[in-house]
This record gives sequence, C-alpha cells and structure tokens, in this order.
Amino acid sequence: MFSIADQLLVLVLLINFISLGTSRLIFSIRAVATQGVILGILPGLMHPFSWHLVAITVVIIAVKGFVIPLLLSRAVRSAEIKREFEPFLGYVPTLLLGAVFTALSFGFAGKLPMLPEHQNYMFVPASIATLMTGFLVLTTRRKAISQVIGYLVMENGIFIFGLLLAGAMPVMVEAGALLDLLVGTFVMGIVINQISREFSSLDTSLLTSLKEE
Amino acid sequence: MFTALILLPLAGAVVTWLIPYDRLRPKVLALFTFAHLGLTIQLLSFTPPESAGGWFHLDALGKIVLLSTSVLFFTCALYSIGYLFYRRERSNRVLCIGLLVCLSAASLVTITHHLGLMWVALETTTISMAPLIYFNRNARSIEATWKYLLICSVGVALALIGLYFLAYSTIVARVEPSLLLDDLIRDAGKLSSGWVHAAFVFLLVGFGTKMGLAPLHTWKPDAYGEAPGLVGALLSGGLVNLAFLALVRVYQLCLATKEIAFFQNALIVMGLFSMIVAAIFMARQADFKRMLAYSSVEHVGIMAVALGLGGKAIFGVLFHVLANGLTKGVLFLSSGNIHRSYNSKSTDHVRGALRRLPWSGGLFLAGFIAITGSPPFAPFISEFTIISSAFIQGQMLVGAIFLISLTVIFIGMALTVLPMVMGEAPADSETTSYRDSLWTVGPPLFLLLLVFLLGVWIPEPLMTLLRDASALLEEH
Repeated sequence: MFSIADQLLVLVLLINFISLGTSRLIFSIRAVATQGVILGILPGLMHPFSWHLVAITVVIIAVKGFVIPLLLSRAVRSAEIKREFEPFLGYVPTLLLGAVFTALSFGFAGKLPMLPEHQNYMFVPASIATLMTGFLVLTTRRKAISQVIGYLVMENGIFIFGLLLAGAMPVMVEAGALLDLLVGTFVMGIVINQISREFSSLDTSLLTSLKEE
Repeated sequence: MFTALILLPLAGAVVTWLIPYDRLRPKVLALFTFAHLGLTIQLLSFTPPESAGGWFHLDALGKIVLLSTSVLFFTCALYSIGYLFYRRERSNRVLCIGLLVCLSAASLVTITHHLGLMWVALETTTISMAPLIYFNRNARSIEATWKYLLICSVGVALALIGLYFLAYSTIVARVEPSLLLDDLIRDAGKLSSGWVHAAFVFLLVGFGTKMGLAPLHTWKPDAYGEAPGLVGALLSGGLVNLAFLALVRVYQLCLATKEIAFFQNALIVMGLFSMIVAAIFMARQADFKRMLAYSSVEHVGIMAVALGLGGKAIFGVLFHVLANGLTKGVLFLSSGNIHRSYNSKSTDHVRGALRRLPWSGGLFLAGFIAITGSPPFAPFISEFTIISSAFIQGQMLVGAIFLISLTVIFIGMALTVLPMVMGEAPADSETTSYRDSLWTVGPPLFLLLLVFLLGVWIPEPLMTLLRDASALLEEH
C-alpha cells in the first residue's frame, strides 16, 4: 500500500505548483483543500485498519478539506477580492524557485540515512518540498489570505513527514499539534476578517505604519 | 500536583469567561494567579518525583523558569486591577481568559520533559497571546498582531519539523522511538547524526524566532510596541524565557550527542548579531515601547551568547532568566503608566515624567538603570558573570563585541530615557485622568525591590537551585 501512497504524493507535489502559479485566490484555496483531503487519505493507506485510524482520517479530511477552506473562502467573499495582485515576486520566478527547491529537497533527502522500508519512497523529499513551497508562498505574496494558504501548505509538508513517525509520536501529542495548527489558522482567519474591516482590503503591504524609518 | 498546576489556571479561565462584570474579572484573575504562585512555591520546595512515565519532570532548569513566570504573571495580574480600571471602554474578558490560558500552557512548558508536548504548549502560548496584542483594536495593533502571529507560527512550525527529524533519527537508529528528553539523552550516542544535525538547525531557527533572536526578531518591536504594557511585560519577561527553556532542552541534547560545538557557535553568532542589531536600532528610537522591544532583542542576544559560551556563563544566564524577566516587568508596567498619563508613546510628547508621575517615572528610570547592567541590581551580576566568563575562556572577540554593544546600548537607551523622565512636560501635552495609584505602582515597585534584593543577596535555596541547574548544562 505504500506505493499507492507514494503515487498520491506526486499529486501533492503538483498541487504545490498550482498554489505557486495561480493568482485566483478561490482556486488556490480549493487546491490546498484537495491537498488536505489527499493527506487525510494517506494514513489509511499506510497503516492497518483500526477505529482510531478512521477517526484521524475523518478529522483530518473534515478540517483540512472543508472547515479551513470554508473559513478562508468566506473571508475572500466578504472582502470582495478575487485575485492576488502584484505579488512581491512574480509567478514565473516563484514557479522556477519552487522547481529548484523541489529538486534541492530530493538532493537533501538523498543525503540522509533512511530506514530500508522507507528507502524507495519519496515521503521525505515531498515533505521538505511542500514545506519550502509553503514558505515561498508565504514570503512572496501580499494578501493575508495567500499568506495563510502558504502557512497551510507548510503545515501539510510537516504532516507528510509525520506519516513516517507512527509510534514515535504519541497520539495525544500528534492530536495536540494538529489542534494547535488548526487553532492558529482559525485565529489567522479572525485576524483576516479584522484586517478587511479595518483597511477594507486584505493587502498586508498596507500594513506599513509600523515600519522602521 | 503537576495536574493541579496546569488545571488551576484553566479553571480560572472558565470562571473569568463566565463572569459578566468587567470590574470583577481582574480580581478573579489576580486570585487565580496568586493560587498558582502558591502552588509553584509548594512544588519548588517539595518536588514530586517524575510522573506519567517521565512525561512530567520538574528539574532545576524548569523550576527557575516556572518561578520567574509565576511571579511575573501574579504581579501583572495585580497590576491589571488598576490598569483595566482605566480601560473600562472595552471588555477585558478576552484579555483575562488569554492570560490564564497562557499561564497554564507556560506551566506545562516548564514541567514537561516530552519535547512534543512542550512544543504543543509553546505554540499554545503563542496563540493565546495573539488576541491580547490586539487589545487596542486599531489598525496599528492589527498589523502587529498579524506579524506576530504569522512569524511566530511559522517559527514554531519549523521547530516542529525539527522535532520530527529528531524522532526519525531514533527510528533510523532502531532505538525505542521516543521524544522524551531523558530517553533521547540516554540514546544520544546511537542517534543518526545526519538527522540530528538537521533537527538542531530547524529547532534553533524555530525556537529562535519565538525568542526573537535577530534576524528573526522583526515581529518584536511591533508586538511589544502595540500591546498593552502588561502584555508586553509578559511577552518579554515570560514567553521569552519559555522559548529559552526550549532552546536549553535542545542544548542538553546537543551536549549528549557531542555535536555541541556547532550549536554553541551558532548561538554565539546569533546572540552577538542580536546585540548589534539592538544597539543600532535603540539609538534615536522615537517610541519608548519599541525601544523596550529592542532592549528585549538585546537581552535574548545576551542569553544566547551566554548559553553558547558555556562554562561559568551558564550560571550567569540562568540568573539572567530571573533578572531580565523581573526587570522587564518593571520597565513595561511603568511605561504602561506613562503611556496612560500622556496618551502617547512618542518621546517627543513624553517629557518630564518624573515631575508628573514621580512614582512611575522613577520606576522607569530605575528599571533603565537596572536593565543596562548597573549595580546594585540583579542584571549587573548576571551580565558581569557572563562577560568575565567570556574573557576567562579566552573568547576575547566575543567579550569585546559584547562589551561594546552593551556600552552603545547604554548610551542609546539613556538618550531616550533621560529626556523622557527629566525636565518639564511640554505645555501642549495631553493630560488624561490617569494618576499613579497603589494598584498601578505597587506591582512594578514590588518587582523592582526583587531585582534590587537579588542584586545584593541571593538567598541560599535559590543559589542551590541555580547551581543544580548549571550542573545539568555542564560539558563532560
């Protein structure tokens, strides 16, 4: 079953590029939601059946695939913005950088010792590439929504790595970590709504009154 | 006992949530933090053995941070009774709940030896503080909150992947997979070094962001500048120490894996860089709360350098955790009073604070003298120990940069603080209804007395605690 999971990771990597390359916010929210659903399926493919696994799968798909995307698309609608205008770095350069980072993460992962049973799969490079993609989106985009999307992609990258750690991380801690990231995103969603009320836009480059002269 | 320490503030959060009166809430807050302080002292004197399979273990390092956090929270809660009286225009429900949730998570950070659980608690403190920075509900505070939330969340997310790397290194090494500090230290020799090395880099960057080490400090001036004084005090005196404790845990691991030299050098470089950045931005700072934020950048720099130096500096840095936390409390609380009275944080408007507010102005001045490392206050002892340790170890360059930065920072800070407190208030400056009262002056005065006391005399139990804690961080 590991090999099916491995093939799904290809999809995850493709979605990374979609989130790097699109300017339509709703589209990129949907892309990240799809990524979340795929990630939700992965644990079920890698571990034998148990009720606790079912619970985790349901929670992850619900949260990453539906709750957070709904929250974000509501913010997009209420702020009446559709596109990411003028990112700090254009789409083509970020796509190229994304490709470079993806290649680098394959190189990085190749250098690190792996368990033999994980050797031929691309969990580690996919995780690091997704993490880097998220970071790239986060740093190059102007809109608060895009930055949250970047954060979500980063979180997904971390999640992929977590799949290899079955057993090392107790369920409680794993759930705690997920919950924290979720609450973080919720608070960000609330802050986004406040930004749109205060500035009537979601452009974080307007947030410059605290700049150091 | 451990459970009580965590659950008590949470129960307080529920109670403050249910209370409908703004006047009553801060008093309940103070009551719960007082009970927490009592529990803390109880725990320090009769420490229960580790429980839940090593998950909860209050060692000397945790004790120091727990003590400083608990004292600071209690003082700030007392202060909030007076402060929130002047902020009756808005509900303080979120503020009180946030403080108590943060206190609960902070206690958890200090008593757990499970790195994953520690991470969860640390991220909880980050999130619970975000609504408090947004207390003023204006455009500037939302900008500060956004920056704080985003940068710190990304930081701790990087720390999480660092922890995952660490966990994977145990799997690759075929030892029992675990994130318990004691297990990791025991198996340190067998861990896969590539993964451990990568983990250390991510953990340093992650916890360094949360602590505000340059160049990852950019959220700090905004958050500290826009948050109410008491939140600033808790951020710079409390949360900083928690992040430092997390770094210390990584340091303990590094000691065990013999990869310590790399980590120490990274700490020294980042620490010195923070001090230099603070020295540059401290000069000509027109906003006194932002100035305090750069002072915080300086002091996390000092802590990082000292940890990197090792040896006798370890004693200095552990003492500095207490000294810096308490002194920052004095500075932020008194600056909050000055801000209230002048309704401005700009040094152009704030002049002659000593004449208008003899108590708050005096406390601010004394806090400035203390934080810049002048005797007879506690930071003098810690900073002196660190500097002398640098020279004893032959790290002349480190010692020199350290001393020069301290001097430049002293001058820069004096140029801002002295005109603020001396002279006459400008004729056109705003006057609010704020007057110094027991509730707003008492708490920072209490902290200043502590800072003074620790500067002239370290009680025997505290001395033992500091020695035990430094023994945990000795190189073998």
